[in-house]
Amino acid sequence: MSETTQSSDSYESAANRAERVAEFEQHNRGFVGRLQHILHLNPSFVPLIVLLGSILMFGLLLGSKFFSPFALTLILQQVQIVGIVAAAQSLVILTAGIDLSVGAIMVFSSVVMGQFTFRYGLPPTIAIACGLAVGTAIGALNGWLVARVKLPPFIVTLGMWQIVLATNFLYSANETIRSQDIEAQAPLLQLFGAKFDVGGAVLTVGVVFMLILVFVLAYVLKHTAWGRHVYAVGDDPEAAELSGVNVKRTLIQVYALAGLICAFAGWALIGRIGSVSPTSGQLANIESITAVVIGGISLFGGRGSILGTLFGALIVGVFTLGLRLMGADAQWTYLLIGLLIIAAVAVDQWIRKVSG
Amino acid sequence: MEPILKGRNLVKRYGRVTALDHCDFDLMPGEILAVIGDNGAGKSSLIKAVSGAVIPDEGEVFLNGEKVSFSSPMDARDAGIETVYQTLAMSPALSITDNMFMGREIRKSGFMGKWLRQLDRAAMEKFARDKLNDLGLMTIQNINQAVETLSGGQRQGVAVARAAAFGSKVIILDEPTAALGVKESRKVLELIQDVKSRGIPIILISHNMPHVFEVADRIHVHRLGRRLCVIDPKKHTMSDAVALMTGAKEPDAQDAAA
Repeated sequence: MSETTQSSDSYESAANRAERVAEFEQHNRGFVGRLQHILHLNPSFVPLIVLLGSILMFGLLLGSKFFSPFALTLILQQVQIVGIVAAAQSLVILTAGIDLSVGAIMVFSSVVMGQFTFRYGLPPTIAIACGLAVGTAIGALNGWLVARVKLPPFIVTLGMWQIVLATNFLYSANETIRSQDIEAQAPLLQLFGAKFDVGGAVLTVGVVFMLILVFVLAYVLKHTAWGRHVYAVGDDPEAAELSGVNVKRTLIQVYALAGLICAFAGWALIGRIGSVSPTSGQLANIESITAVVIGGISLFGGRGSILGTLFGALIVGVFTLGLRLMGADAQWTYLLIGLLIIAAVAVDQWIRKVSG
Repeated sequence: MEPILKGRNLVKRYGRVTALDHCDFDLMPGEILAVIGDNGAGKSSLIKAVSGAVIPDEGEVFLNGEKVSFSSPMDARDAGIETVYQTLAMSPALSITDNMFMGREIRKSGFMGKWLRQLDRAAMEKFARDKLNDLGLMTIQNINQAVETLSGGQRQGVAVARAAAFGSKVIILDEPTAALGVKESRKVLELIQDVKSRGIPIILISHNMPHVFEVADRIHVHRLGRRLCVIDPKKHTMSDAVALMTGAKEPDAQDAAA
């Protein structure tokens, strides 16, 4: 950027410029202004800095107990479920919506996968496909209610959360399918829990899936027309519509895709806890929103990056593990996460103030 | 000479309100036609009827002499009619390039474009830069800066550039100077002249009489849902126009629309 050389140019050129009004003039921003500009272009910068800072901090405090391949990959394992769900949540929040039903969709999908295998004796592949289809269908129904019936996303998904969760308990009769049974009869359901060692670092299929999912979504959002449409819809739906974006279709697709991703999270959940339990994952919706917000995605839509969400989820994971290793009360984690949420939204508001 | 865009007997009713009452409309090739009228006279309904934003209850629209029936603004856009809305229809958080190509993105050729649906950013940025250059809108450093960082006049400039880049037959400008300061209005008026000099006819809806009289070739006066008359700005004064608009004056026999 030639901002500094620009200002030292002769006054004449500046005087000429004053006449050509509608042109794109460079103005000299101070350090704060430039920082704001950089953050505006790269909204995932803040969570990345916070993430690296917190890893460094706990690394210094705890030494090799924390700063080891094993501990660091343990964080990845602990955040995988929230990370996957938060990826779905990010898509919805980018359209200026919110999805409170993500956790319920996840659990219900996992229950469908389990019960279809064990109650009806379907082959695991078919049962998993059914689970994924159920998740997608619920998401699409959310999207249809938001886009076509024009109900507020908060209300639609608040209702859907209760409906899906109740269906989940009624259908499963509150029964847990035991880990040993799954291992013996349908190990495919536990696929995402499969572990492999890479020089002390322990990774699972679920962790790898989360990372690939985030990178694929980051590519789609940034480099495809559909991704740009998602941002445009969240930014200003009316403008997007007039520019030729099919807003309703985009919204329905986003909610359906979010449902599908949540169903994958349900599959990963079976891998993580071993069993199929209708009572698990109750906090997934709040935790996913936390990760998205700390990751710097604006709740007002159209701003932020899904990489930020991954960083946000990891920040929560780092604090949780770090504080536990330090022997602190778990409440300290929640207290710090709460502070981070408020700080993240404050930064978002500041970034959005970019007039002139 | 055959009008490039022609409306005949257009009727649009909203419940009991008749917004368009057997209205005619003619836009000649290469001209700037201003549409003026009091609030509620039906200017917007007229423009929406010829640009596909509303479907008229009766009447016909002809583009280049051929009957067309648009069912959405997209249809009109595909036919070469671009509208710059008063709200500009731009996404503030997205870049100039993203906004110019919203809804008509260019994809890469070959595997990356066909299978991975990757956008051809380089091509889109070059096109956007060229178009802004064409219209003298460029001392721009960064074609990827967010639209919200631009001033009102700059945004209008980008919106007009977008319309000029894709509007092959007709460009409709809805109150382009309403939200702008004096200097910025001046620049936008120059921009309008510039677009006209490329041979693209323009429909200009405006409340600002000095602006209308400065750039328009003909002025369509709209009153009570229909075309009252079409006047030549060189032969009439602004107070004539206002008097006609408000009904204080009857149009001359030769101006009156059939």
